[in-house]
Amino acid sequence: MNVSVFSAVVFLISALAGFLGALTGLGGGVVVTPVLTLMLGVNIHYAMGASLVSVIATSSGAAAAYVKEGFSNVRAGMLLEIATTAGAVAGAHLVSVVPVPALAIVFAAVLLYSAWHSLTEHSSRDGHPADPLAARLRLNGSYPGPTGPETYTVTRIKSGFGLMAVAGLLSGLLGIGSGAMKVVAMDQVMKIPFKVSTTTSNFMIGVTAAASAGIYLRHGYISPGLAMPVMLGVLGGSLLGARHLSGANVRVLRRLFAVVIAVMAIEMVYSGVTGGMR
Amino acid sequence: MTDTRLEQIVGNLLRAGVMLAAAVVLAGGVWYLAAHGGTAPDYRHFHGAHGKMPWTQGLPAPLATIQIGLLLLVATPVARVVFCIAAFAAERDRMYVGFTLLVLAILTYSLLMS
Repeated sequence: MNVSVFSAVVFLISALAGFLGALTGLGGGVVVTPVLTLMLGVNIHYAMGASLVSVIATSSGAAAAYVKEGFSNVRAGMLLEIATTAGAVAGAHLVSVVPVPALAIVFAAVLLYSAWHSLTEHSSRDGHPADPLAARLRLNGSYPGPTGPETYTVTRIKSGFGLMAVAGLLSGLLGIGSGAMKVVAMDQVMKIPFKVSTTTSNFMIGVTAAASAGIYLRHGYISPGLAMPVMLGVLGGSLLGARHLSGANVRVLRRLFAVVIAVMAIEMVYSGVTGGMR
Repeated sequence: MTDTRLEQIVGNLLRAGVMLAAAVVLAGGVWYLAAHGGTAPDYRHFHGAHGKMPWTQGLPAPLATIQIGLLLLVATPVARVVFCIAAFAAERDRMYVGFTLLVLAILTYSLLMS
């Protein structure tokens, strides 16, 4: 396989990953690394670098569409970004000292968790005591509902902040967006409405990934020849996927995608432990 | 931020930034494939490189072009953070200007000083 054929194959796989990632809400970045390492024998550090770049592309590329809906909570996002960017810097520094089998196992655990998370139903908004900190930090907000703006209060800010630091650490360590974990921190822990959590998470993902990018570039994890087809593929696929969002049977797709991700996670552990991954 | 119009402008600017970055990456990619498309890909083994900003030295011109496109891409979320500082300052929200400056400081550390 020469560079032209290799780039075309990587482009097509990345476009499919981006398309499915946008349709299912899982993001394309999370499957790019296992596919590149397991199917094409790419070194895991190069795969992570290319994946990190594609995460930034999908986050900034989708920002205009999300802003139009008026759901995101910019203050909550920016406050939590302190935790995710600090975590990401720490995680990105750790990449050079963590052995590859350990990286593969952590990656597999995150994959399994994302698959499971995409299949579970999201909590109803039960009553919860408002965190007095939320008012001081001006985090309570509103979003457009069917009958006019609906207000919400935010709770357990410190726990959410801590979980965001872990999400940032994993983002930097694995070159992913950590979108699922960010949504859990906001939706499940801080009780921010699901739609607000997902749109705020999208804008946070790009900033978090940018915090790792400088360290990745310095260590040479981002190889331009590989990042080129991955970034163009994931971006094109996810923009196309976002357009078809309403027409597809998302439930079936989500299950299918979750199964694929789970299989990749198992393969990743096997390959990492037996030394098949470098 | 309550000003949805401003957010919309920022959203469109970000998309324009991504499209510009993608165009530069695509141009570099076409050049790269035209010049080196027949060679064998070499991503199996990691060749650790310790470069400095702008991380293009030692790269052939087509790959350096792609790298510049990737740097433009990395700049888009940083630009978003800068826009947020301006928007919070316009609202005289000192606390959030402070929080956002802290995020910008962490980003600056990663990109320029780490």
